[in-house]
Amino acid sequence: MALTTSPPADLAPAREAATDAAGLGRVRASAFVVPALVLIAIFLVYPALWTLYLGLTNYRLTGIAAARPQFVGLDNYVRALRDPEFLNSLWLTLLYVIGSAVIGQSILGFVLAATLRTVPRVVRGVVEAFVMLAWILPSSVVAFLWIALLDRDSGTVNALLGTPGMAWLLEYPMLSIIVFNTWRGTAFSMLLFSAALNAVPPSQLETARMVGASGWQQLRDVVFPHIRGHVLTNLLLISLWTFNDFAPYLITAGGPDNRSEILPVFVYESAIFDGQLGFGTAISLLMLLINLVLAVVYLRLLRERRS
Amino acid sequence: MSPRELVGRVGFYVLIAVITAFMALPVLWLLLAPFDRTPTLTTSLPEWTWQNFAGLLDNPYALASLGNSVLLALGSMVVVTVLGALAAYALSRVRIPGRDGLLYALLLLSSIVTGTAAMVPIFLLMFELNLIDSQLGVVLVLSGGLLPAAIFILKDFMDATPRSYEESARVFGAGPLQILRDIVLPVVRPGIATIAVWTVVNVWGNFLTPFILLRSPDKSPAAVVLYTFYTEGGQADLGLISAFSLLYSIPVVAMYVFVNRRYGFRFHGGIKR
Repeated sequence: MALTTSPPADLAPAREAATDAAGLGRVRASAFVVPALVLIAIFLVYPALWTLYLGLTNYRLTGIAAARPQFVGLDNYVRALRDPEFLNSLWLTLLYVIGSAVIGQSILGFVLAATLRTVPRVVRGVVEAFVMLAWILPSSVVAFLWIALLDRDSGTVNALLGTPGMAWLLEYPMLSIIVFNTWRGTAFSMLLFSAALNAVPPSQLETARMVGASGWQQLRDVVFPHIRGHVLTNLLLISLWTFNDFAPYLITAGGPDNRSEILPVFVYESAIFDGQLGFGTAISLLMLLINLVLAVVYLRLLRERRS
Repeated sequence: MSPRELVGRVGFYVLIAVITAFMALPVLWLLLAPFDRTPTLTTSLPEWTWQNFAGLLDNPYALASLGNSVLLALGSMVVVTVLGALAAYALSRVRIPGRDGLLYALLLLSSIVTGTAAMVPIFLLMFELNLIDSQLGVVLVLSGGLLPAAIFILKDFMDATPRSYEESARVFGAGPLQILRDIVLPVVRPGIATIAVWTVVNVWGNFLTPFILLRSPDKSPAAVVLYTFYTEGGQADLGLISAFSLLYSIPVVAMYVFVNRRYGFRFHGGIKR
């Protein structure tokens, strides 16, 4: 009762006390936060900032440049832009992200979300179980499953398609890893779209059907406007993850002849394997920047939707 | 049902059958080959045997690597849940200037600075810190990457717990640490469990970080050892690979099923790996 009659000015301190219900106080609160922040600062923030400097040096793991790395300015970047292997890798990465995430995962995920709504419970359970398995199994396991599946001599795919002796991983390395990643990551799109489709009011679909809209028209004019936000969220997240996906290395190791050498594999090969750390860092910085763009757009979108 | 509807219905189920076959085909090998007396790469019904699992005992690295995976996963789980819960609690209860901005910045950072994009500076940092070939190093790097999202999610859980419990405990003379241990922790246990499982699953499956940071095979986790089983020269031992893959996969699947049953599938936006 006293609270309702007191002037607003007295309310502020009372509310502040209420927030700190356990009587933590600022000093103890900081002691709680600092260990986590220190760990994050050393192993997350520092490496990111360090790339800005390292990319400008000729740092190597062994030899003279290891003892005294020299400042080489933008040389690494100039070299990267002229390096056909890097440009090839950039192009393959674009193919990989668009092929497996933007097209593969989101379309398959949407089809699954839309069709599984109308099938019997058992069927739905079985299909979803396999989709989830593909998503949660460790990457070294699924990589071998695909090596076995696509094997030239005794792979199950060749047995089923009647194409004995077809070496998929050597003939079509990019197609193979694109199909692989579509399989691997569809679960996320499926889950997101099933949640989204639940938000489409059935009455609107009913109306559209009554006025004779075709399936495609219903999808475009009724369903899509409701799930537009989800589509964008989904595209950004799966692009980000696919862009940072190292699993193809476990299947093709970037080969044959760098034909499936997407950026993560390229960075690994040039920096860790060949020891050109400065050059590798320059490429890493580029990856970080692309990640930054995708993540900023995503967070913006989230905030807009919340407000 | 008109003929046209019938065709549509049949087509619909054919579509579902094809997609299911596509999703299931790669996994069938994992379910069948470990129990086959003479496993090949082709998926086929097995001549039943357990000998492939017995064979794991003879390999010097197989079981030890699972032990290493447990060590890395539990180590990261302890670091992430303890530090994450402390930080989330403080951030939830005490008004620290710029808190929301800080949280957003951290979350943004953790989705940008992935193990893949930052592999070179992380490798160099560990090299300079003399933490190459150290399991502690792997735990620290992985924990640093998982902490921001963990804090973010845990803070949500903390925000949702009523403050009146803490206030009454305080009235009865409980200190802040006591309150945290006896009142807050039991209430946010589902949140802590979610984060613990999420951390274990992430670390358990992680390949790149231990692959880059560890040198000795006897320190490597199952993810890396399994990879060496099928890439090292000579005839691949399919009995060993299949049985080991299955054994290594079971914990993740079990944990997923557990979390899903217990708490339902939670959709935490951009947070999977």
